[in-house]
Amino acid sequence: MIVGEKVKVVMAHGSGGNATKQLISELFQKYLANQYLDKMEDCAVLPGSKYPLSLTTDSFVITPLEFPGGDIGKLAICGTINDLWMGGAEPQYLTAGFILEEGLELDLLERVVKSFAHTANEAKVQIVAGDTKVIQGNGGLYINTAGLGFKKTQIPLGSESISKGDAVIISGSLGNHQACIMSQRMEITNSIKSDCGNLGPMVNDLLKDNLKVKVMRDITRGGLATILNEIAESSGSTIEIDEQSIPVDPEVESFCGILGLDPLYMANEGKFLCIAAEDQEDEILARLKKNPLGTNARIIGRVADLGKNVVTVKTRLGGRRIIDVLYGEGLPRIC
Amino acid sequence: MCVAIPGKVIGITGMMGEVDFQGNVVKVNLGIVDAQVGDYVLVHAGCAIEVMQKDAAEELLDLFKELESLQ
Amino acid sequence: MNLEKVLQEIKNYDGNKLRIMEVCGTHTSSIFKNGIRSMLSPAIQLISGPGCPVCVTPSSYIDKAIEWSLQPNCILLTFGDMVKVPGRSKSLGDARADGAKVEIIYSPQEALTKAAENPGNTYVLASVGFETTIPAYSLLIEQMEKDNITNIKLLTALRRVQPALEFICATDQTIDAYIAPGHVSTILGSQAYSDLAQKYQKPFVVAGFEAEHILIGIYDLIKQVSNQCYEVHNLYPSLVKTEGNKTAMVYIDKYFEPGAAHWRGLGTMDDSGYYLRPQYQKYDAGSLNLLTENDDHVLSACRCGEVVTGRINPNECPMFRKACTPLKAKGPCMVSAEGTCGIWYRFADR
Repeated sequence: MIVGEKVKVVMAHGSGGNATKQLISELFQKYLANQYLDKMEDCAVLPGSKYPLSLTTDSFVITPLEFPGGDIGKLAICGTINDLWMGGAEPQYLTAGFILEEGLELDLLERVVKSFAHTANEAKVQIVAGDTKVIQGNGGLYINTAGLGFKKTQIPLGSESISKGDAVIISGSLGNHQACIMSQRMEITNSIKSDCGNLGPMVNDLLKDNLKVKVMRDITRGGLATILNEIAESSGSTIEIDEQSIPVDPEVESFCGILGLDPLYMANEGKFLCIAAEDQEDEILARLKKNPLGTNARIIGRVADLGKNVVTVKTRLGGRRIIDVLYGEGLPRIC
Repeated sequence: MCVAIPGKVIGITGMMGEVDFQGNVVKVNLGIVDAQVGDYVLVHAGCAIEVMQKDAAEELLDLFKELESLQ
Repeated sequence: MNLEKVLQEIKNYDGNKLRIMEVCGTHTSSIFKNGIRSMLSPAIQLISGPGCPVCVTPSSYIDKAIEWSLQPNCILLTFGDMVKVPGRSKSLGDARADGAKVEIIYSPQEALTKAAENPGNTYVLASVGFETTIPAYSLLIEQMEKDNITNIKLLTALRRVQPALEFICATDQTIDAYIAPGHVSTILGSQAYSDLAQKYQKPFVVAGFEAEHILIGIYDLIKQVSNQCYEVHNLYPSLVKTEGNKTAMVYIDKYFEPGAAHWRGLGTMDDSGYYLRPQYQKYDAGSLNLLTENDDHVLSACRCGEVVTGRINPNECPMFRKACTPLKAKGPCMVSAEGTCGIWYRFADR
């Protein structure tokens, strides 16, 4: 891709002048176009809604920019729309802020924008406002997306809804995204792919028939252990999980074994956890498993009690231990 | 004090080997072991420190048998 | 004999109180991860020993590493465990905010690739570990010699297991039995503990890291103690030979020689560390000057030394869970993933 006779981003692309116009029209608008963006105005005026509005934002700074299973563009859409879905809202509109470091290959930027647009189209969300900036640097790229959704569901989602006996269900295997990203940075070759994906279809399948889902959380930074502890704390509940029921791909498990990492603490980008009423746990599990992103869904534990906040794990040989939140960075270990 | 897991040697070039841990292939220094392709080696910090003599399941069975003599 | 019977015997043990020390941080971690303490009779106490090279590293080492990482064109390479260990005032991780160049590696071999790709940089490798890891450094130096690589240096804090074990056997008579480190034993061999077992009349087992291995090890020790037997039993024969890995020892010996070293909590012990031999000192990054370290600057309230020698449990340290947590660790036992306090904080019952 050559914009204004350049193959890489330069400071001029951010000056607001011709170079900027060319970058927008020849690269961004090639893939991102709709009635709002096409107006090229300072803001988008959207139709009102009878539903409560849900608003979220997230920034994406991942490296490498492209990785098996996805790229920063796909992540920037999925990350934000997943947050909306976790709150029971159907994503409608997104804004996008791109910060480009000079030196960024335009071909790479084009691939990212193409993926970004494609992911948004598949998820049926519109990018209605955007911004680009160029800063000094070394070819990096950062994206912020804010997302607006409509909360159509009447299901009372929140920790107050949690009851004793509720099932803890996760939508699939853990650790793939973080293992994939770390593999790119280390001299370990494997075929682990990021699980970066849109949780919308799975979540919608549960919400549309008012199934008894109490809480939903995507299992991102900090991993399952951190999310469970946050839920236990906010609901004052004792959550017991069964180690053997937690799905981890063998390749990811071995990767963790090499580096001394624990899948319970690893980030995912296409997995979520839901606390579900006991009398509908089988139905909810079945619905998740029907979806290509949910084939490995499992019931991994239960809310054992209300009153003391703690998360415990039943180990393979029947022992019990407590798991806590992630402290620090979860780095590869020697010992 | 040492994170180490066994993997299978799938290739050897000089002193370096390619070791497969359930699909994860790591370049490992085989300098202090006498390993052939197909052997399982215990790898710590990118270095093979021993060749596995028997598999884990077999070892456990043998251990239980030996415990009988401790009664 | 089978697992169920072993579990029963361990759960129902009602003999004399039994204090078993497990020396290796990876064992401590496995014990907690598998919930093994919940499977033991109350008469069996498991104590964690000084088998965590990060925990016994003096803070002067961290300070030296930070110093290197702040030098122009110099990059510090380290295992992840060391990044959060506090030096006198900050950790390597903290120093990054001051511009320290710190990169995390999985294997010392990675230094070779980096050094070749960036000949203008000096790479200082934070070389810590016990005998399990030392051969990897030997192999690195061998390659450096072959390829005439001059931009890698080693800042060493290498420790020997036997002197530490001897120290504990000699000073703490209350420990009845030992679970010897599993992977160090692949290098040293199960023979490494025979003299100790005989001299101090204590049984040793060399055990693997799966829950079953550790449980069998505990069972074996219970039987040995009740039969007044003081032997070394190798329960990890798939990977541990009686004589160990002789090639590894030759490699260690070729490039390193024993010398006095300071262990946080245990003090300075003769021949308890390894240093680059004189003809390889050209690769050293100032490791010898760390010998004069003392613990004066260490917080007087920090009881890491007693934790590392098994004299107290983490929850008996007044700072545990209060002033000292994984996010604001006061001592290395809380920082390292293999540190006893760190493991207790994450896994033990509140």
